[in-house]
Amino acid sequence: MTRFIALFARSQLAFFGLIVLSFILLLAIFTPFLPLNDPNVIDTSNRFKLPFSEGAILGTDHLGRDLLSRLLWGTRLSIAVGLCAAIIAAFIGSAIGITAGYYGGHADNFIMRGVDMLMAFPYILLALAIVAALGPGLMNALIAVAIVNIPFFARNIRGVTIGIVHREFVDAARLSGMSNTKIIITEILPNVFPVIVIAMSTTVGWMILETAGLSFLGLGSQPPQADLGSMLGEARAAIITSPHTSVVPGIMILIIVMAINLVGDGVRDVLDPRLKSGALSTPRSTTEVSKNKSNTGLKNQILLSINALKTEFRIGDRILKAVDDVSLTVDKGQCLGIIGESGSGKSVTALSVMRLVSSPPGVITNGSIDFNGGDLLELSSEDLRAFRGKKISYVFQDPLSTLHPLYTVGQQLSEAIQSNSYVGKSEKNKKALELLKAVRISNPEKRLNSYPHELSGGMRQRIGIAMALANDPDIIIADEPTTALDVTVQAQILKLFQDLRREKGLALVFITHDFGVISQICDKVAVMYAGKVVEIGPTAKILDSPAHPYTARLKSCVPELGQGKRNLLAIPGFPPMIDNMPSGCAFASRCQKVKQNCYLTAVDFTNIGQERGVRCLFPEEIKAG
Amino acid sequence: MVSSLEFDKLSKKFPARKGALSLSKFEVTAVNTVSLKIKPGETFGLVGESGCGKSTLAKMLVGLLKPTSGRIIIDGEIFDKSDPKIFGKKIQYVFQDPISSLNPRKTIRQIIEAPLKNLHGMKRPNRDTRIKELFDAVNLRLDFLDRYPHEFSGGQAQRIGIARALAAEPKILVLDEPVSALDVSIQAQVLNLLEELKEKFGLTYFFISHDLSVVEAVSDRVAVMYFGSIVEVGTAKEIFSKPKHPYTKLLADSAPVIGKPLTLNEKSGYELPDILNPPIGCAFSERCVFAKELCSKETPIFHESKNGSAVSCHYPIN
Repeated sequence: MTRFIALFARSQLAFFGLIVLSFILLLAIFTPFLPLNDPNVIDTSNRFKLPFSEGAILGTDHLGRDLLSRLLWGTRLSIAVGLCAAIIAAFIGSAIGITAGYYGGHADNFIMRGVDMLMAFPYILLALAIVAALGPGLMNALIAVAIVNIPFFARNIRGVTIGIVHREFVDAARLSGMSNTKIIITEILPNVFPVIVIAMSTTVGWMILETAGLSFLGLGSQPPQADLGSMLGEARAAIITSPHTSVVPGIMILIIVMAINLVGDGVRDVLDPRLKSGALSTPRSTTEVSKNKSNTGLKNQILLSINALKTEFRIGDRILKAVDDVSLTVDKGQCLGIIGESGSGKSVTALSVMRLVSSPPGVITNGSIDFNGGDLLELSSEDLRAFRGKKISYVFQDPLSTLHPLYTVGQQLSEAIQSNSYVGKSEKNKKALELLKAVRISNPEKRLNSYPHELSGGMRQRIGIAMALANDPDIIIADEPTTALDVTVQAQILKLFQDLRREKGLALVFITHDFGVISQICDKVAVMYAGKVVEIGPTAKILDSPAHPYTARLKSCVPELGQGKRNLLAIPGFPPMIDNMPSGCAFASRCQKVKQNCYLTAVDFTNIGQERGVRCLFPEEIKAG
Repeated sequence: MVSSLEFDKLSKKFPARKGALSLSKFEVTAVNTVSLKIKPGETFGLVGESGCGKSTLAKMLVGLLKPTSGRIIIDGEIFDKSDPKIFGKKIQYVFQDPISSLNPRKTIRQIIEAPLKNLHGMKRPNRDTRIKELFDAVNLRLDFLDRYPHEFSGGQAQRIGIARALAAEPKILVLDEPVSALDVSIQAQVLNLLEELKEKFGLTYFFISHDLSVVEAVSDRVAVMYFGSIVEVGTAKEIFSKPKHPYTKLLADSAPVIGKPLTLNEKSGYELPDILNPPIGCAFSERCVFAKELCSKETPIFHESKNGSAVSCHYPIN
């Protein structure tokens, strides 16, 4: 709740609206206790008194009634009617929407076609018809406004319900023996409630206007009872001679509706999950770098070398160290595997190379990324953009979310080719075709005109790889490129990567959580845990005799195919929380070989020969060879 | 011996249309006449790639989907009404995504209590003792009960999901990819916990996964599913080391194993057949390196051998 208020207060306009609205609501609630004149006492001798005259601060109307008193009583009535109508419409509309969405099929069809019919009438005509049938009166106007607004709620809520009905927890509730009614009330309703509140807060103002409209036409409140609409209606005749009688209720309507709409927008912004995740804050095109100039004087011949990289996420006053002092190198034609569990920092390391970590909240605070002798962290955003996709390109886990659904494969490939150099149209097509052949897509001419949704997962990943190849990069960074794929397709994609490396002399950084995959395509491997590299070395040597206890345990808790039923060796406990890292070794609390020293100070990375390094005080003995 | 769970020629077809405006309706077969017998106390594994129909099969087993034809028999009793409330006391489900299977707006206590209240009509004091037993069994602390699902890690949430399934006191658990959303170090914890629980409560497991090595490590027998049909059944020990069906062999060869070089053992360029346009004959024939003329003409029959293994192939590998 406090979080709700804090988020709400962030928007100044909404906050302003809330203050105005609360003031009006307070006035409306306390109207009966205020020292006001009777709103219905007629005094024709004092008609059309101007505002600020004696005994009537806002003047009097055509029958000499006190305008201030009528305004406050009218406001009270209008808000009450608008709110009631909104609650009734929300209640009935939501009930209809949830029922239709939950049961689906024929029930849904039947109910929603009825709602569509209701919607097909112009709303004011429908309201007039309803009032005509029921007879004029405030109660009937309320009913008419409520009915007219039911379809809006029904359609909105139905849409949301359909999204929730197919969630797994609803299936789970069915299996817990709950009846449909119980599922609707205890499982669905709490999850659609925020949407109902949003819909209500954005329509209350509208309903107050509609009721005022009906009263204005003389179909709502009946004389002498005052509401804002009837006040306007009665003042209409004197709009030229005594404009204040129209202006006073008019301004009140304006203020109420404006305030309610501002608050409604504020409520929506707070409850909308997309806004909570910060989607509205536009990240920069490159990750912010805030570090001292690196002084790595020696320029080596290595293709890509990441040195002492630190990437943090700064959220409020919390600092999450996602990547902490990571150093890696990849040479021409080499394949480096990075293995680790979720939250180990392997993806953030990869994204930091081309400064693709979204910023804010990401900041690179230390290190250098040397590519062909130059530090990528010191390039300007424009220079870096020219680099992206050209020398270093990426392949991501989910090809469906990285391909644009509305463009054909051919168009997207052409765009990737075009992005870095000017190429003619026919040449682009030729190149796109070549790329599709390079990633072994059967029937490439036909596939150029396919849309992403027409392709299987494996085929889409091939397109993703083709796009990465578009500008003949030196390195491809592949972040779990086969995790979403089936095992037979995974084998095909791994084979493709292996062939491309051989044919084009590509270097590859391959991120995965699977030792089997690492062993099949990587020359060397870095094991990451809690933002740090804990072990690095040639793949065969590390898999044969791991030096870090974590590597050893991780390897043994993955079952290997071909050994039948057996018990697995699990690692007890959980990885440390990234915002609460222990001061010593991050793995200490889960390690079987832990000693007192492990908890005390941070452990340094040490070289243990045979191109291997480990971050452990008491590493396993490694086999020679 | 009465089998714990048996399904007899179970099929599920979904209505479909060729296009949004097309009037011609036809049916898509998701599960095609599947028959299996699962023994009491057994862990029966089911592997298959995405889209092969394994989740549809699982949903039918617990009454969440109504079979188009065929029978489900649990403990010798025919269950022909697909009502999860009737199924729920005998057979329960553990979902793949532990977080999304818990209602974000309910406390853990409310979630665990639901089956106790609705299936067993248990009163408050009895419920509390039962919840304590369950939480002890899955190694969770009791102070978790008043928290909300988003406060838990994947591994903890999956334990809660398992506790909820056990609360119904079922004899059988359908485990639909119970560890694929978890990190490897947590996977083994949950798999070992499942093994413990099986001993403790005398359960039978129907374990579904796309991960061959996980299925092999936990199962007694394994069935391989392809395009809606079971193509091979065998013991966990032998099915991947001595596969009879070429598809099983392809799966076993494709699984990345440390120290095994990458091999491709299929005709390149093919993936799952088009469900709107099912092939004639053996569904795997297009991808099969052993396929002969007969394969693309006639659908092979499911041959059972004496030792309980079975294969559906015209030319099984010896």
